[in-house]
Amino acid sequence: MVDRTVAVLAGGLSHERDVSLRSGRRLSAALKSESFGIEEWDTDAGLLERLRTQRPDAVVVALHGGEGENGSVQTVLEMLDVPFVGTGSQGCRRAWDKPTAKALLQNAGFVTPGWVVLPHSTFRELGAQAVLDAMVERLGLPLILKPDQGGSALGTQVVREAAELPAAMVGCFAYGDTVLAERYVDGVEVAVTVIEGEDGPEALPAVEIVPESGVYDYTARYTAGLTDFFTPARLDDAAAKAVAELAVAAHRVLGLRDISRTDAIVTPDGTVHFLEVNPSPGLTETSTVPMAIEAAGKSLGTVFAELIARAISR
Amino acid sequence: MTENRPSKPQSGRQNLDPHLERYAARTAGMTASEIRALFAVASRPEVVSLAGGMPNLAALPLDTLSAQVAEIIAEDGLVALQYGSAHGVPVLREQICEIMALEGIKAHPDDVVVTVGSQMGLDMVTRLFCDPGDVVIAEGPSYVGALGSFAAYQAQVVHVEMDDRGLVPSLLREALDRTEKAGRRVKFLYTIPNFHNPAGVTLAVERRAEILEICREHGVLVVEDNPYGLLGFDGQTYPALRSTDPDNVVYLGSFSKTFASGLRVGWVLAPHAVREKLVLAAESATLCPPTFNQMIVSRYLATHDWKGQIKKFRENYRERRDAILSALDQYLPPGCSWTKPDGGFYVWVTVPEGVDTKAMLPRAVTARVAYASGTGFYADGFGSRQMRLSYCYPTPERIREGVRRLAAVLESEMDLARTFGSVGSRQIQGPQTPSPDTV
Repeated sequence: MVDRTVAVLAGGLSHERDVSLRSGRRLSAALKSESFGIEEWDTDAGLLERLRTQRPDAVVVALHGGEGENGSVQTVLEMLDVPFVGTGSQGCRRAWDKPTAKALLQNAGFVTPGWVVLPHSTFRELGAQAVLDAMVERLGLPLILKPDQGGSALGTQVVREAAELPAAMVGCFAYGDTVLAERYVDGVEVAVTVIEGEDGPEALPAVEIVPESGVYDYTARYTAGLTDFFTPARLDDAAAKAVAELAVAAHRVLGLRDISRTDAIVTPDGTVHFLEVNPSPGLTETSTVPMAIEAAGKSLGTVFAELIARAISR
Repeated sequence: MTENRPSKPQSGRQNLDPHLERYAARTAGMTASEIRALFAVASRPEVVSLAGGMPNLAALPLDTLSAQVAEIIAEDGLVALQYGSAHGVPVLREQICEIMALEGIKAHPDDVVVTVGSQMGLDMVTRLFCDPGDVVIAEGPSYVGALGSFAAYQAQVVHVEMDDRGLVPSLLREALDRTEKAGRRVKFLYTIPNFHNPAGVTLAVERRAEILEICREHGVLVVEDNPYGLLGFDGQTYPALRSTDPDNVVYLGSFSKTFASGLRVGWVLAPHAVREKLVLAAESATLCPPTFNQMIVSRYLATHDWKGQIKKFRENYRERRDAILSALDQYLPPGCSWTKPDGGFYVWVTVPEGVDTKAMLPRAVTARVAYASGTGFYADGFGSRQMRLSYCYPTPERIREGVRRLAAVLESEMDLARTFGSVGSRQIQGPQTPSPDTV
């Protein structure tokens, strides 16, 4: 019997449309077994009309990247007073912009790899080689290039030699006008899911990520078998506690809601380095959030059913 | 990177593919790719997709077809819905011979094998002839779906350059000499002589005999892929290679561009001995091509003015070709060049030095336009300065809008190239196998 009607927003027009569609399908299937009436909606010019006329009891935002994660869709839902699962518009904006999230976490006393943020115009106006040289001088090699906004590691590259930098910059700028260059930190890569319940945000067991290629890029993320996962992560108690504290802190500091996923690196000395946080994390067959939920002894359907109930009662 | 970490032995390794160790070596490239992910966006109506080679079927007489399909079920349902011969429905094979006669081919229906699209024919021909490491000669660029088949059978591709009159005979001879001298075994030349995919050029008639002669001299089979041959914008056709060398040419034909791609009906015309093996290969692949679909095609050919229908298709495509050439002239920045097709679906664009069309694709998708990067049409990593634009599907207005957006994307990318200098192709992950967006 269907108790509530829930619209799962998935798809959209971001570069992560394909990932979002997969997240949406998996979540919808999980919620159907929780007696919800589920509708999967793409975001297009008909979205507002559908929200107004069909008025679902709640919306779950399973959009990744672009409008679905930068706070835009959340703003629309807030304007229409539609209850939704996930972070509100302001929190999304803080988390979506990687340099902003890093700065806020650093100001809160957490460690994050050194970084610089530069738009294309700076390279054009000051001379690319001089700026690249300064970047390498500041961050060392290898370094990581990422679009300052975006997910699924699209456009992200590890640069090991200075000679690789110009091509890597061009590849990265194809995803946005501003690049985040980050010092490369070697260690144990973990993803920590945070779920918000009656007692506030709580970290689930960390998932350790060991990509076969050494780089957790798009292929390693979405090709089953190319990455090994360890849940809980093979960390000592102190490090496991530290990554959990970081993830909960990131959730609080950035003003996130309901669910988030924090990515971090633990170096051999036990230091936890914050990388980024995702206010609308992937829920696909190869995503780490469902793994963490399972490791916590829960199911994707029951976790989201609880979040939906919370959203409706807000 | 885990050596210094105090470990917790109770944490188990989880790999999401329990069959990982069992796959054949040929699956190595079958991975998720950024390029495929981007094409998920390209399918949205907000994006002008100049990427896919989807035929424009709007001119098909759907009411008539609907009635004919119902008649087939009503009159011949128990045959239509039953297994058939791996060779194909006999009456359809006779009709296929009539179609091929338009391009000078004299063939017996027994030598025609109906396939699930000509892609299956290509796959079977490669399976019959290529052992791992064998060489296939192909035009550079070549059809992405063919490169996928060759890769699946672990054949090596040697590309031969084209000019605006198609494959260059002297370069073909050089490539064969060079390859053979290196001790490599060349199995066949794969060629699309008419309205080439992706290059949009047509092999000059006067070169055809020479190409056939070169292949004969070198003991190399010719595989002629001709899905667009009847789509010359002025109604012109060219003599098929098969028409003058029936013993050394395997011919691939298709109804996908002249009728309905969704029915997946194509064919192979092959010399007797090859045909016998093709039938056996087809049996092991699919048992038989879909009987129902073959009967739909056959009834359509028997009862409809299919030549008139092709003429309508040609007129649609010509209008779209005119739109894209005019838009390219109007919008594309200096330094770009492109082919000028007189049939088929595609324009092949070369962009200025320093611009990498594969690296540029995310920017294009952000700007709501999509194209197929040139690198997909080469087996050797070439093609980063090229792209294929398909004009077959969007309306002329959408084509113009798409080219306008593409021009702005190119300007931005040229600006980047000026900033960072001429850079090599970034190795972002592209499709190893064809997707509907690039076929």
